[in-house]
Amino acid sequence: MSTVSKDDNLALSSEDSSSPDESELELGLGLSLSHTVKAHQYHNHQHASYARIFTAKDFSSSPSSAGNKRPADSLDATNRPSQVVGWPPLRTYRVNSFNNQVKSTEPFNSVAEKSKNNNTVVRKNTDNRVIDNSINIKDKRHVKNSPFVKVNMDGIPIGRKVNLSSHSSYETLAQTLEDMFNEYESTTGSSGKDHDMTIRGEWHSKLLDGSSKFVLTYEDKEGDWMLVGDVPWGMFVSSVKRLRIMRTSEANGLGPRLEEKNIRQKNKPI
Amino acid sequence: MNYFPDEVIEHVFDYVVSHSDRNALSLVCKSWCRIERFTRQRVFIGNCYSISPERLVQRFPSLKSLTLKGKPHFADFSLVPHGWGGFVYPWIEALAKSKVGLEELRLKRMVVSDDSLELLSRSFMDFKSLVLVSCEGFTTDGLAAVAANCRSLRELDLQENEVEDHKGQWLSCFPESCTSLVSLNFACLKGEINLGALERLVARSPNLKSLRLNRSVPVDALQKILMRAPQLVDLGIGSFFHDLNSDTYAKLKATILKCKSITSLSGFLEVAPFSLAAIYPISQNLTSLNLSYAAGIQSSELIKLIRHCGKLQRLWIMDCIGDKGLGVVASSCKDLEELRVFPSAPFGNHAAVTEKGLVAISMGCPKLHSLLYFCHQMTNAALITVAKNCPNFIRFRLCILDATKPDPDTMQPLDEGFGAIVQSCKRLRRLSLSGKLTDQVFLYIGMYADQLEMLSIAFAGESDKGMLYVLNGCKKLRKLEMRDCPFGDSALLTDIGKYETMRSLWMSSCEVTVGACKTLAKKMPRLNVEIFNESEQEDCDMEDEQRVEKMYLYRTVAGKRNDAPEYVWTL
Repeated sequence: MSTVSKDDNLALSSEDSSSPDESELELGLGLSLSHTVKAHQYHNHQHASYARIFTAKDFSSSPSSAGNKRPADSLDATNRPSQVVGWPPLRTYRVNSFNNQVKSTEPFNSVAEKSKNNNTVVRKNTDNRVIDNSINIKDKRHVKNSPFVKVNMDGIPIGRKVNLSSHSSYETLAQTLEDMFNEYESTTGSSGKDHDMTIRGEWHSKLLDGSSKFVLTYEDKEGDWMLVGDVPWGMFVSSVKRLRIMRTSEANGLGPRLEEKNIRQKNKPI
Repeated sequence: MNYFPDEVIEHVFDYVVSHSDRNALSLVCKSWCRIERFTRQRVFIGNCYSISPERLVQRFPSLKSLTLKGKPHFADFSLVPHGWGGFVYPWIEALAKSKVGLEELRLKRMVVSDDSLELLSRSFMDFKSLVLVSCEGFTTDGLAAVAANCRSLRELDLQENEVEDHKGQWLSCFPESCTSLVSLNFACLKGEINLGALERLVARSPNLKSLRLNRSVPVDALQKILMRAPQLVDLGIGSFFHDLNSDTYAKLKATILKCKSITSLSGFLEVAPFSLAAIYPISQNLTSLNLSYAAGIQSSELIKLIRHCGKLQRLWIMDCIGDKGLGVVASSCKDLEELRVFPSAPFGNHAAVTEKGLVAISMGCPKLHSLLYFCHQMTNAALITVAKNCPNFIRFRLCILDATKPDPDTMQPLDEGFGAIVQSCKRLRRLSLSGKLTDQVFLYIGMYADQLEMLSIAFAGESDKGMLYVLNGCKKLRKLEMRDCPFGDSALLTDIGKYETMRSLWMSSCEVTVGACKTLAKKMPRLNVEIFNESEQEDCDMEDEQRVEKMYLYRTVAGKRNDAPEYVWTL
């Protein structure tokens, strides 16, 4: 009896001091930035940039917004940016809230003097927010969700998986997809497809700009199918669930761009 | 041994409530163990993998309330990859099969599927209370099932969960016959709510004491709801956006005046500038105020509001309040016990807080026992002062945003400051460190922090000695988590028996190697030693010399778990 219950009792701990009953957040600790510098080395301030919570403000004002172009501290698969994963130590939920609130208070303040009915627009934008969790957004996505997403191509029964965290732009992703599905292309031989697919270097841009017979689409967190390429890369990575290389003919009536989606949802009855 | 019949002992045991006391009872003798087993109603499981659901259910057939925690704490900061585990379904399944009369389920950092919510809602006729904190994996469909099927539901409390919103009518799924709600918190939901259904639900819930709305509930709906529920004690406001000159605002002010029972206020997820005056009439009653999500409130307004809050015991705010604002808190809120100051975005906000704000608080609020403080800098002198003024800290968590920053006045590490805290605060149970720190701080912690149960470390320490000071000194240590510290194999392996006295150990980006982890796992069969292998290479080398990026170990009687994803290697 005693060994068994004693063992069990190790599992049945008393309540944690860390979380008093109603306590919501548990935030841990201060984390440094300079990930390459171990604590026992004297912290070199030249390497340390202050970490911060990136907000939409940063991206709208700065010319090199994350995603559209490669950010200055380039996030490739091996290098970490100057921010560190898990920094600052705040729950993702709270971080997302910050990013949302910045977005919402800006237009919010400017429309405050206008018709009060406009508050629905503001609300909808934050409702339908995409997670602009730009703290180290790629790394965050990398560790939070699996970096691998499924890719299916119309006409090919077997899907593939691609590692999003090893890409930092749409171009490289499209190139990878081309490489992946090239092997299938040579065996399928449907009309038009060979021509489009096998021209290296042109395929991916066609895929992205809609001039090939196929378009690259993705399913986002809300279950909608969207065209790849509209939103900044970081935003895409954080909302994509899976990819589909869709025949252009089927892509008509595909999920509209983000703003249209906002308006659509605003008008939906409850 | 027993001079009393079982029924008498049972009756006595009814008065023994705390988990640790009940555990102790069960160890006294066989018959006490048996009696305790059958009368135990509340169980708290700090690590869901430490015991199997079946074992739990078998031992405690009278179970009514279960609290479970899943993922390691650092999962909150995205350090635990997706799919790690913490699934609640097997627990609900086991409970359902065994016909336990479950009434309350409280989960933290677990993965909760809609299926599990559905199963939960159908399996326990007397189910009363569901509390989900930082969970994920479910949608509003799962909530609809709970609303529809739990006839005696009293509490549905969703705190900071990632919920997929299907924009359905989950709130309308509460049947007309449901009048038992006491607490409803859906502040974390992102989608629209059927306002009419909400109002009707509130109207037929005379016992409703706590209501936390999400952002989609506008102010006119709020006003109507408050009219129906003047008995509310805890209110979370969704949207507080309105035209100051409108009828709505006037009505709202009048309605708020009637809500004399409100002592806890939170939310303000959207706020109109200068609108907080409507709250002043009830501010003097507030004991708890959480404005940590209210980015729309200017610091001057915040300060004005706080001047009215003389009875405040718990305050959660953003650092835009500034050091001066904290001075106002210190002079207005003499009963303050818990303070959390969160960083607002963006960085470089001149109103952000420093050590000055904390010192001011410590001077004005001697009852302070729980602190979470994000700041730009801290000094040893300040910490020493704080330690002197507030010897009652139970939880002390300091986050200096630049985590290896030394004392800016002296350029020294913060060892002495934290040393003063642990020496002065004899009841300290939880500590989070930051700033530049050497092994010395760990020497102090090991020496003085004898009630310490949880320690969080990052970018601190110089050698294995640091970790050893802690492991040797802190007899009550339960959870140790560290990242980017230079602690390695020698520290890990010196006192392996220690880990069976603890709940868990997390080490990421430290200096431990695969070989050491293997050794540890081999010697301690009642520990699960998990290594996360996140590299993309197929045949990634698990050679002994290789450094481990992330290791999580925990004691368990359940053996190796069978739901671990591919990247988790249990050694």
